[in-house]
Amino acid sequence: MTDTATDPLQAGFDTTIGHGDRIEPRDWMPDGYRRTLVRQIAQHAHSEIIGMQPEGAWIGRAPSLRRKAILLAKVQDEAGHGLYLYSACETLGVSRGELTEKLISGAQKYSSIFNYPTLSYADVGTIGWLVDGAAICNQVPLCRTSFGPYGRAMIRICKEESFHQRQGYELLMTMMRGTEAQRAMVQESVNRFWWPALMMFGPPDDESPNSAQSMAWGIKRNSNDDLRQRFVDMSVPQAQALGVTFPDPELRWNAERGHHDFGQPDWDEFMQVVKGNGPCNTQRIAHRRKAHEEGAWVREAATAYAAKQAAAAHGQEGAA
Amino acid sequence: MSEVRAEWPLYEVFVRGKRGLNHVHVGSLHAADDDMALRHARDVYTRRNEGVSIWVVQSKDIAASSPDEKDPMFAPSNDKVYRHPTFYEIPDNVPHM
Ligand SMILES: [Fe+2]
Ligand SMILES: [Fe+2]
Repeated sequence: MTDTATDPLQAGFDTTIGHGDRIEPRDWMPDGYRRTLVRQIAQHAHSEIIGMQPEGAWIGRAPSLRRKAILLAKVQDEAGHGLYLYSACETLGVSRGELTEKLISGAQKYSSIFNYPTLSYADVGTIGWLVDGAAICNQVPLCRTSFGPYGRAMIRICKEESFHQRQGYELLMTMMRGTEAQRAMVQESVNRFWWPALMMFGPPDDESPNSAQSMAWGIKRNSNDDLRQRFVDMSVPQAQALGVTFPDPELRWNAERGHHDFGQPDWDEFMQVVKGNGPCNTQRIAHRRKAHEEGAWVREAATAYAAKQAAAAHGQEGAA
Repeated sequence: MSEVRAEWPLYEVFVRGKRGLNHVHVGSLHAADDDMALRHARDVYTRRNEGVSIWVVQSKDIAASSPDEKDPMFAPSNDKVYRHPTFYEIPDNVPHM
């Protein structure tokens, strides 16, 4: 541990954090702060990239050109989110290639939610409403996170997430105005995604040992349980307006607390999915690895073309 | 897996939000050359009319999109109104959305 009383670098860092100011890439920072940020931002970036797969699976099967164009734009946004975050992570001194390797080797994680399959078209709507909705709850406070590039990436992302949530909710509203079978499809989809969506906030606070340090560093701004509560409170009236229920018998308004009481997700299932044993872990990583490896010749060809152009621009000698 | 080391160079991206404003740093990206960096910057950082002009900079070099390229480069986002949240009608009684 660094002795804060005598180390001017540590003291400067502590003062910046204490004032609620941002740390920028070239500032001195404790190793643990850097490591925590690399892990968190990388995991976040990987989630955006892997998150394209469950919804991407429905682009070719979207029921109209309008829905297809919307879904395409949404999935393209998620690619963009991944790129903003990789770029923020690289300011901490890791390379893009290293991050990609760590994703496809399983050394770094991504959100467990994307290891669940999208079995029906209603899942596209449910993901927009609940999964992007939960992501918004997590991400809005991160706009004020203490590391500058991460906060700036989150601001860009949050601006785009509202479209994601609303297109999903509107899709579900449209289905709810449809046939009995369509309404049942929506309810079935909500039943499958509710608990995994609650897991997106991470384990309960008393089982989340790194949270306190992350909050002290200003990386995290709210505890897992606080954010989960906020999400439940926001989602309940939205479900009522939509005409669906959540599969939780313990869910009810608690007037004393001014919040909803609700049950706990199956944390054993969560741990299994995090360890790689979820329904789609293998498939998601295999798909990402295939895309990366099959894209190698494109990256090499572009590099060769750029070298040739540069040589030509610098005169004849290098052009042959 | 040996190609991990042959990474495309890193570019910093600067976007002019609208006429009258400075180019502002928005992030970075990898590209094989300046042209690809500009094209990637357009797709990554300006999908919603966030800019009318882009600079990309690799180390000491600066490349900027010419004003003439503005139309073809940024036009596609005008007809994609569904990228914006206001495109979706949500009833007033649905909160927090
Ligand atoms: Fe996203
Ligand atoms: Fe999203």
